[in-house]
Amino acid sequence: MADPVEPALVEIENLSKHFGEGETRVDALRGVSLQVFPGQIVGLLGASGSGKTTLLNCVGCILEPNGGRMTLDGDVVYDDRWLRSDLRRLRLEKVGFIFQFHNLLPFLNCADNVGLVLQLAGFGAAAARARAIELLDYFEVGRHKDRMPAQLSGGEAQRVAIARALANRPRIILADEPTASLDSHRAGIVMDLLRKIAVEQHAAIIAVTHDEKIFGRFDEVFHLRDGQLDADAAGGRRFEPTDMQTSARHDRAEC
Amino acid sequence: MNLAYRDIRHNLLRFVMTCVGLSLLLGIEIMITGVYGGLIDEALRQARAANADLWVIQPGTNGPFAESSRIPGDTREMVARTYGIERAGAVTYQSVQTTLEGVPLRLYIIGYELNRPGGPDHLVAGRDIMRKRYEMIVDQSAGLALGQEVPLGTHGHKYTIVGMTRNNTTSAGDPVGYLTLRDAQNLQFELAPPSERREVARGGALQTNDQINAVIAKVSPHVPRDEIAAALSRWKHLTTLTQEQQENLLSTFVIEKSRKQMGLVMVLLVIVSTVIISLIVYTMTMDKLRSIATLKLIGAPDRTIVGLIVQQALSLGLVGFFAGLTLVLVFLPYFPRRLVLEPASIAVVFVITVVMCLAASVLGVRLAMKVDPASALAG
Ligand SMILES: Nc1ncnc2c1ncn2[C@@H]1O[C@H](COP(=O)(O)OP(=O)(O)OP(=O)(O)O)[C@@H](O)[C@H]1O
Ligand SMILES: [Mg+2]
Repeated sequence: MADPVEPALVEIENLSKHFGEGETRVDALRGVSLQVFPGQIVGLLGASGSGKTTLLNCVGCILEPNGGRMTLDGDVVYDDRWLRSDLRRLRLEKVGFIFQFHNLLPFLNCADNVGLVLQLAGFGAAAARARAIELLDYFEVGRHKDRMPAQLSGGEAQRVAIARALANRPRIILADEPTASLDSHRAGIVMDLLRKIAVEQHAAIIAVTHDEKIFGRFDEVFHLRDGQLDADAAGGRRFEPTDMQTSARHDRAEC
Repeated sequence: MNLAYRDIRHNLLRFVMTCVGLSLLLGIEIMITGVYGGLIDEALRQARAANADLWVIQPGTNGPFAESSRIPGDTREMVARTYGIERAGAVTYQSVQTTLEGVPLRLYIIGYELNRPGGPDHLVAGRDIMRKRYEMIVDQSAGLALGQEVPLGTHGHKYTIVGMTRNNTTSAGDPVGYLTLRDAQNLQFELAPPSERREVARGGALQTNDQINAVIAKVSPHVPRDEIAAALSRWKHLTTLTQEQQENLLSTFVIEKSRKQMGLVMVLLVIVSTVIISLIVYTMTMDKLRSIATLKLIGAPDRTIVGLIVQQALSLGLVGFFAGLTLVLVFLPYFPRRLVLEPASIAVVFVITVVMCLAASVLGVRLAMKVDPASALAG
């Protein structure tokens, strides 16, 4: 289980995001604050259009917020503007994405889909392939390593995609409805996997879901409503930030 | 792993089809340089076939090919006596037209002195001219047979074909025929029988036929050519050109115009090809937008994505180029015009292809750079 003295991996303060201006303006996030600690799996719930995906995209540095502050793994990456110029490198090293649809590259076989992110992170071709196959085996899709994504079932492809998301041992894992395309048995397996990774790799996992079957598996659940967190969720946190957060920030300033 | 190659392999059929189309386009570009090379070759071939070091011609003219040059028939002896000249031969050039079994035949007749410079270089069939009169060596392209008799000139004398050359045509494509100097002079200067009778009746002496168009000289390797040319230039009624000057004159005057025309066609083709490759690369990128967004999302740097597009554009161009080159080489013998493919001009087309592909990638790269990584998440 998570260690309460460790600083939060994801810390969001008063984050806001809107799309469009004037008549068409949509306030997708209005002052959202939350923290996720190492080893924690949190669920993000809310009606369609409540801003779940938007929040995930902001945390993943895919979408630029309009205000607030965001700290990832001790680095302040956003404070009313991006503070880092190499967001893609940040994503490569620290963030793993799991999508509702697998998003595997259609022109690479499964082993290479996973191997690619390893190579991008600096692994040699042989080492990347070996580790990719290891990961695929771990997710029980090792026998499909030389198949193309189009030749896999939805559940198999999703597991390959999870293997890819976890290949670089990211400490922050963002999952947008990871179980939506899976039956409840497979969904259970995926949740078990996420739990295992959270514990073993000390990772913080944020998962968006509509799936009531898996509500019980989260350490904490945040409810989004019209771009704001429900008051009860805000009070339900198990871990409090400590002073170590500040020092950790300095330690990691260079990376 | 090479993403460009993997994507090509994934969509191999489409890539191959695109390359086939492109190879036709690039093949045409290679062909044009071949046609151009052929033109230069043909324009210079007559001058080169003579195998001369120096050309002695009428002053104020550009030599026997560009315009008409007439000098006295005894010039050859004067030239041959000049210090540094090893061999010299008098030559005449003229176009004749005759009719063989109702089909018109145009020949470019070269008159030369037997066993002196100016005659045919290499025979592919038959023998050299041995008799002083009425024998002819002709190029294969005339479609005549050894032993065949061809009537030429107003008197209709028949000339027997005794030998054949190959690839010996004028820049206009007319086959070259060789006669002895004497035959050629008669052909060139003889009058039609009625005019001849009139001249005789008038009491005028028959005009001398002893004129030639040029003297071809071979020089000693030990005496500088410029020195010999300068010595020959002392005679005010003669001008001397080195072979190099002769070739320059021919290429500037004779083919300058076609150079411009072909240059224009080439530029247009290059523009068209660049536009087409751009569109191909653009659509290839369009089809991969989701993959590109995913690549950005998982943290691939721009250079990976730019590399993917540029490498694919280059592969298209290179495969198209070599396929086009192969096509041209395979169909070369069936081409109605002679193509001369100089390695240098093929290399130029190659470089142009590479530059075109790089330019054509710009559109695709710009599109890819604009892709929002979040679009990979949209269902
Ligand atoms: N790119 C965009 N441009 C304009 N409006 C957007 C954009 N993305 C999201 N929105 C709007 O922002 C709001 C929040 O969208 P978001 O996708 O975060 O919802 P969600 O909670 O993920 O919904 P769902 O459960 O249906 O996936 C919605 O009203 C949506 O219409
Ligand atoms: Mg969503």
